[in-house]
Amino acid sequence: MTDATIPMVKAEEVRKHFGRLEVLKGITLEVGRGEVFCIVGPSGSGKSTFLRCINHLEKVDAGRLVVDGELVGYREDGGKLYELKEREVAAKREQIGMVFQRFNLFPHMSVLENVIEAPIRVAGIAKAAATERAVQLLERVGLADKRAAYPNHLSGGQQQRVAIARALAMAPKLMLFDEPTSALDPELVGEVLDVMRNLADEGMTMVVVTHEMGFAREVGDQLVFMDAGVVVESGRPRDVLTAPQHERTKSFLSKVL
Amino acid sequence: MKSPADRHVLSTGTAVAAPHPGASLTAVPVRHPWRWVAIFVVLMLAAMLVSTIVTNPNFEWDVVGKYFTSETILQGLWMTLLLTVLVMVLGILLGILLAVMRLSPNPVLSGASGLYIWFFRGTPVLVQLLVWFNLAALFPRISVGIPFGPEFMVLDANALITPFVAALLGLGLNEAAYMAEIVRAGIHSVDEGQTEAAQALGMRRSLTMRRIVLPQAMRVIIPPTGNEVISMLKTTSLVSVISLADLLYSSQIISSRTFQIIPLLILASIWYLIVTTILTMIQSRIERRYSRGNRRADPDSLWLRLWRNLTRFHTAPPSQAPLSETGGIR
Ligand SMILES: Nc1ncnc2c1ncn2[C@@H]1O[C@H](COP(=O)(O)OP(=O)(O)O)[C@@H](O)[C@H]1O
Ligand SMILES: [Mg+2]
Repeated sequence: MTDATIPMVKAEEVRKHFGRLEVLKGITLEVGRGEVFCIVGPSGSGKSTFLRCINHLEKVDAGRLVVDGELVGYREDGGKLYELKEREVAAKREQIGMVFQRFNLFPHMSVLENVIEAPIRVAGIAKAAATERAVQLLERVGLADKRAAYPNHLSGGQQQRVAIARALAMAPKLMLFDEPTSALDPELVGEVLDVMRNLADEGMTMVVVTHEMGFAREVGDQLVFMDAGVVVESGRPRDVLTAPQHERTKSFLSKVL
Repeated sequence: MKSPADRHVLSTGTAVAAPHPGASLTAVPVRHPWRWVAIFVVLMLAAMLVSTIVTNPNFEWDVVGKYFTSETILQGLWMTLLLTVLVMVLGILLGILLAVMRLSPNPVLSGASGLYIWFFRGTPVLVQLLVWFNLAALFPRISVGIPFGPEFMVLDANALITPFVAALLGLGLNEAAYMAEIVRAGIHSVDEGQTEAAQALGMRRSLTMRRIVLPQAMRVIIPPTGNEVISMLKTTSLVSVISLADLLYSSQIISSRTFQIIPLLILASIWYLIVTTILTMIQSRIERRYSRGNRRADPDSLWLRLWRNLTRFHTAPPSQAPLSETGGIR
């Protein structure tokens, strides 16, 4: 299953619509193992929707979306696609971490409880072992001293770092970030990007939707520019950001840079 | 009517001695002469009422005192309390189940729950009570077995549906429909992002509901549930019509013997008041506990609020909007 030669994410002509609104109009891309893959684009272009398709929070309507060699949400058998059961979908999501724009920490649980909840209840790890690992992760994001605090008493940057630790606690092979710094005050953006940079250095495969072009240029291995449900342009972040080929990319970049 | 300064005093509840740099000023609250007139009128009316209650011999306070803690009454009180607790337990458990079903992506489950709620909220609870009590007329035999197949056990409905069972079913199944709406509103109040975060971690729907959504929904579910308990305590008095010896029926047993109808109704009312007062106190305690972990400041206890409202001549600031949209009117 963990064949080092196959890509972590492979999308071929992925389509998705909500009612009559076509949000993804055939997305094709490939995320290699250990790569940091950045997605940029204007609001409403379908970036979040594509990210959510990867862990099957949204159902793909057409095309193929393959994560680590396995079709997302379906099982292929004799030329037919069978929709997976909830249990099977959940099992696949365990291996894909997701970080949200608005953190989505569980407000009724302490920081530590947030991090150990899924390892205990989903992965079936003993509480002591889960706690030990959670403390290590919280140390990694610089928040070990906040383990007893409740999310509402933390700053946005601290909450997002806890959210990253919570996702890492399930030992995912792929991490999805949906504008992780967009809801933060400017002075708190750096601390979250630092954690993400460290994660990238450790070799984590990451798909990052972001407006932080500096981060994309520095840390990203690939970058795609999405607009109105299509990939307009892709390539090495440095190339796309400094010498965009398409008019739409140019006009977008001139607004955000 | 109110000047801005006046409103400021109202909202903080204290006259502020403004700590102005360099000068020490004393703020004088606006005076309200008409309030003293209103107080005088209200006190006069209250005095007249108390005087009638005490002096009118038809109230027969001695009878109230005589039976207040009689065995019949205390047994009736016990039945009322027991019924309230059991009905609410049944109503809450079934209500959660119905709410979760209602929100299920499965159209059969959701439809069945909707139908249940529609039926039980759309017919009077008194009628439901009577139907359960007379179930034997509808189904003389109740059998346990494989549908359309062999029967393992046959029960006589008349023996099975005692007044107590009828009361429990009649009130409990009805309450479940109301609780379902309260729970549903609670579940809806929880941010969608919570479910997504849980599912992204690999949690399944049932686990997400149990560990993430319902605990957060409690903050919205508990206040109207408290109201339901208090309202149920009074609604149980309907069981008098099926001759279940609750507090009201027990007082009627006595008055039918002694023909002292009014004093025994007063007696029952006093007991209902005592219990609802205690329940209200418990409710405000619990509400305070559940608002914790929430950034909003703890609301003051009802009694603190009440005391303040009585001792200060202004209404409390509207800090707490009514939480429930579904409780209340039936
Ligand atoms: N659940 C949904 N139902 C209907 N429309 C949706 C839903 N989610 C997203 N959309 C629409 O899809 C489009 C793309 O949304 P999104 O993927 O969130 O864009 P982005 O993340 O690039 O800003 C938007 O027009 C949005 O309104
Ligand atoms: Mg988005």
